[in-house]
Amino acid sequence: MMGHIDDPCAHCEEMMQPYLDHILNEEEKLEAEAHLSECDWCRRRYRFEESLRVYVRQVVTEPMPAELKLKLAALRLPLE
Amino acid sequence: MAEAPPDAARLASDARDRVHFEEEALGLSDQVYRVARHLAGSREEADDLVQETYARAFRSWRSYQPGTNLRAWLLRILTNLNIDRGRKAQRTPPMQGLEANDYFLYDRLSESDGGISDEDRVVERLSQDDIVSALSSVPHDFRDVIVLVDIGDFSYQDAAQILDIPIGTVMSRLHRGRRILKRELAESVLEEGE
Repeated sequence: MMGHIDDPCAHCEEMMQPYLDHILNEEEKLEAEAHLSECDWCRRRYRFEESLRVYVRQVVTEPMPAELKLKLAALRLPLE
Repeated sequence: MAEAPPDAARLASDARDRVHFEEEALGLSDQVYRVARHLAGSREEADDLVQETYARAFRSWRSYQPGTNLRAWLLRILTNLNIDRGRKAQRTPPMQGLEANDYFLYDRLSESDGGISDEDRVVERLSQDDIVSALSSVPHDFRDVIVLVDIGDFSYQDAAQILDIPIGTVMSRLHRGRRILKRELAESVLEEGE
């Protein structure tokens, strides 16, 4: 994560996914949080990413068809 | 009363273990389906895939090691079957401008809404159809990882074992796959705006 000394927002953007996945080391995490605390522009974009992840998960989740559940139960092996 | 012969006792304990395994596996079927639905191309394929998975799991229940992650074990069977079904190899899409950064989808959505300020509302501009279709446009290798981690809630470690790839590859595909997904979403927003 080098090469963004002059552009802290670009650096913050690079840290967004690992930050939200909780895989930054302590030093990087503090660095991201320090920038977020003073940069509304980046903060909005982090919040959006978080909402997007939750939203995607919600809308793509389909309940399993009841019929399929019965079919699976019927696949059980008979007791000898 | 005479004791049951050792063979009978073993058979009974075997049957108990098997029933226990089957019940535990069936109890996870909703979670298995949730992931299968988006690993497979359609509902019908997901249905078949889940049935094949359970048929195979019930036959080979002895190879499951009790106490380990049964959901990951089932998903490992399912992803192998999915690959065996001969899904077509897809070329990795070239890194394009829209994918080069992580903020563009938000920028695109908030722009087209005249600078909306509530981030939670911005996502709601994306319809369920936009999202389902964008996810299905993400090439398999990347989609598998997104579906396992972001939708199925598997750890990187579990996803690596299920897909039989190194954990570093899980992380890089996830990072890239999420960007591809956002590119697809941004494109659907652009199309709707035309």
